[in-house]
Amino acid sequence: MDAIFLQILNGLDKGGAYALIALGLTLAFGTLGIVNFAHGALFMLGAFCAVSIQALLTLSKKVKDESITFFDAYKEQPYLEIWWGDIGTTIIDYAVPISILAAIPLMLLIGLSMERGLIRFFYKRTHAEQILVTFGLAIVIQELIKANFGANPIPTPAPDIVSGSAKIGSALGLSDAIVYPWWRLIYLSFSVVVLAAVFAFLQFTTFGMVVRAGMHDRDMVNLMGIDVERKFTIVFGLAAVVAGLAGVMYAPILPPDYHIGMDFLVLSFVVVVVGGMGSLGGAVAAGFLLGILQSFASMNEVKSIFPGIDQIIIYLVAVIILLVRPRGLMGRKGVMED
Amino acid sequence: MKETNISRRSVLKGTAALGMASTAPMFFVRNAYADGYLNDPGDASSVTLGFNVPQTGAYADEGADELRAYQLAVSHLNGEGDGGMMNTMQPLSLKGNGILGKKVEYVTGDTQTKSDAARASAKRMIEKDGAVMITGGSSSGVAIAVQGLCQEAGVIFMAGLTHSNDTTGKDKRRNGFRHFFNGYMSGAALGPVLEKAYGTERNAYHLTADYTWGWTQEASIKASTENIGWNTQTTVKTPVGAGDFSQYITPVLNSGADTLILNHYGKDMINSLTQAVQFGLRDKSVNGKDFVIIVPLYSRLMAQGAGEAVQGIFGSTNWHWSLQDEGSKAFVKSFGAAYGFPPSQAAHTCYVQTLLYADACERAGTFMPCEVVNALEGHKFDGMGNGPTEYRAEDHQCFKDVLVVQGKENPSSQFDVLEVVEVTPRAQVEYAPDNEFFAGGDLGPCNNGAA
Repeated sequence: MDAIFLQILNGLDKGGAYALIALGLTLAFGTLGIVNFAHGALFMLGAFCAVSIQALLTLSKKVKDESITFFDAYKEQPYLEIWWGDIGTTIIDYAVPISILAAIPLMLLIGLSMERGLIRFFYKRTHAEQILVTFGLAIVIQELIKANFGANPIPTPAPDIVSGSAKIGSALGLSDAIVYPWWRLIYLSFSVVVLAAVFAFLQFTTFGMVVRAGMHDRDMVNLMGIDVERKFTIVFGLAAVVAGLAGVMYAPILPPDYHIGMDFLVLSFVVVVVGGMGSLGGAVAAGFLLGILQSFASMNEVKSIFPGIDQIIIYLVAVIILLVRPRGLMGRKGVMED
Repeated sequence: MKETNISRRSVLKGTAALGMASTAPMFFVRNAYADGYLNDPGDASSVTLGFNVPQTGAYADEGADELRAYQLAVSHLNGEGDGGMMNTMQPLSLKGNGILGKKVEYVTGDTQTKSDAARASAKRMIEKDGAVMITGGSSSGVAIAVQGLCQEAGVIFMAGLTHSNDTTGKDKRRNGFRHFFNGYMSGAALGPVLEKAYGTERNAYHLTADYTWGWTQEASIKASTENIGWNTQTTVKTPVGAGDFSQYITPVLNSGADTLILNHYGKDMINSLTQAVQFGLRDKSVNGKDFVIIVPLYSRLMAQGAGEAVQGIFGSTNWHWSLQDEGSKAFVKSFGAAYGFPPSQAAHTCYVQTLLYADACERAGTFMPCEVVNALEGHKFDGMGNGPTEYRAEDHQCFKDVLVVQGKENPSSQFDVLEVVEVTPRAQVEYAPDNEFFAGGDLGPCNNGAA
């Protein structure tokens, strides 16, 4: 029972990341009709926002390392610590939360630039051409990051106060063996809050109503005198912010490297397809569902019956769902069926 | 009289086929004893070595350090710098004027820690750049693949960081040599230390990288810990480069195991150890025993990456910069002066391999691979940081002391993260060439390649 509880938690935490990325992909597809293979790169750029802010806060002075006597060794002492002592150390410790604030305007700017500068020229082109151009863009962004930050993952730790694990088992009156890292719980809560905020924005604001109407029938909304394309551009920026925030928050879980976006992109596309192209609810549901299934497939009891199932479960489920429900779990009729 | 259906034509065909079949093996070893050899530098004033290291991917940190060590070795061979271990190596035939009077030059390749990419870059260095020797790598899968390629091509392969038993076991080749220790040696060295530290009653849970190195290390450590009375509860294979190991760590929490053995290396090890600590395993108590984590193959680079998570954790290593023998001190001083920090074990083994190859060429008086093989087989040397060492002729594995290390509780500097707790003597980690963990391979004939 404890094992199942832990795997559900683990699946939800993974699923949170899948859902956040898949939501952005679906928004871009549902509004602009763009199959955006550069969306993983936006997740990666978000993670590198955290890396950059951390690097900025730890700009250092080289100081001779007196403990090494047989050659001249140097260690780095951040200026913030030199100037402000413990306060400086605390600010550095909170690099990731600070990055969240920086990532919102930055990712919005990147998203809008991407849409206005490149993607809008491909609205009327085929999906194959859209895939090619956005995939090319993703590779360019990847290589730029690699050239600037190197190929190695860069540790970006969470603040010390949340670096341990929460004893949720004893708190819930269950087994003491049920513990879970604080930062992963924060990530899960964060993803739920962001998803809820996006849905609320689309559901309860006039802007969201226009966007939903435009997703349903773009021509009709245009005929009513509303510039729906401008609104869709903003939605693309919003999708970039969601992907970026997912990346910033994921940095303490997995040290970012230039390839992290591509690793998530493939899984996220599977999530979108399973959820149903263009269905926001489907993307979120499929994200959590596949995260949980992936975790369960990693249990020893399951692997002893189906060896290697943990590596293929997501794709296997995708195949089965597409065979049974070709439009995905919540796919709409007519989307990508022409 | 009984008629037969055998015609003159079928007899001729059969004879031709028999002839081809019987001479086929000669085709594959046709260069073994030829006068010329592949990439003979002839009268050229320089000779080219190929450094094939991971510059990207999970083992890129090790690769960068390997490359630094190779560049240092080349400068020392060419008579530049302070000479490093050339001042302590015994016996020594090198003169500081390159190899056989030829200036040493090098080309580099990126293995990407992928066998196909590593073979492609090694092939390019052999065929296009004329490298007489290929060396490097931080993964056993890559080492075995490149070793096979070098054997087929007819150049020497001096392995870098490769810890799988198979490299000098079932996949050993006559043209390939390994200075680094292996999984069996790690197990043999760690067993007694673990028994002393944690007793004889433990339930071990293995997480193992799913490729040749992980498999052989798991088997070796399992045998060694079971030998001291431990129970192996579960062994789980994890994909290389998984990044997030949480789904493999959560089952450990309530498995009843009191020991987690991480058969991971490089970034995988940093991620799995950090995540295991985040999941509270080190604060856990099972059946009245403190939960412990063991990392059978350690490196200082890895320990630095994992930060405080390594404190108190046992493991083994091929070499450590804090050793106080003259060879180690000379190398650390030289490397530190050049780069501002001490070398890793990967850097050490690559530096030593380059010097050993060069010295063997000097002793052989030629770059011809089969002569170099003869010079290296059974070669005994000292002053290279691991005490008296021998390149065993039967399997091309170096036999020397092995270090057991522990994550330091109170490091005095950013480099002071591991503490050598025991130097396990060579006799304790030595094994017969036909040991079950190494069975099934054959060095085969040496190959000089096509001239």
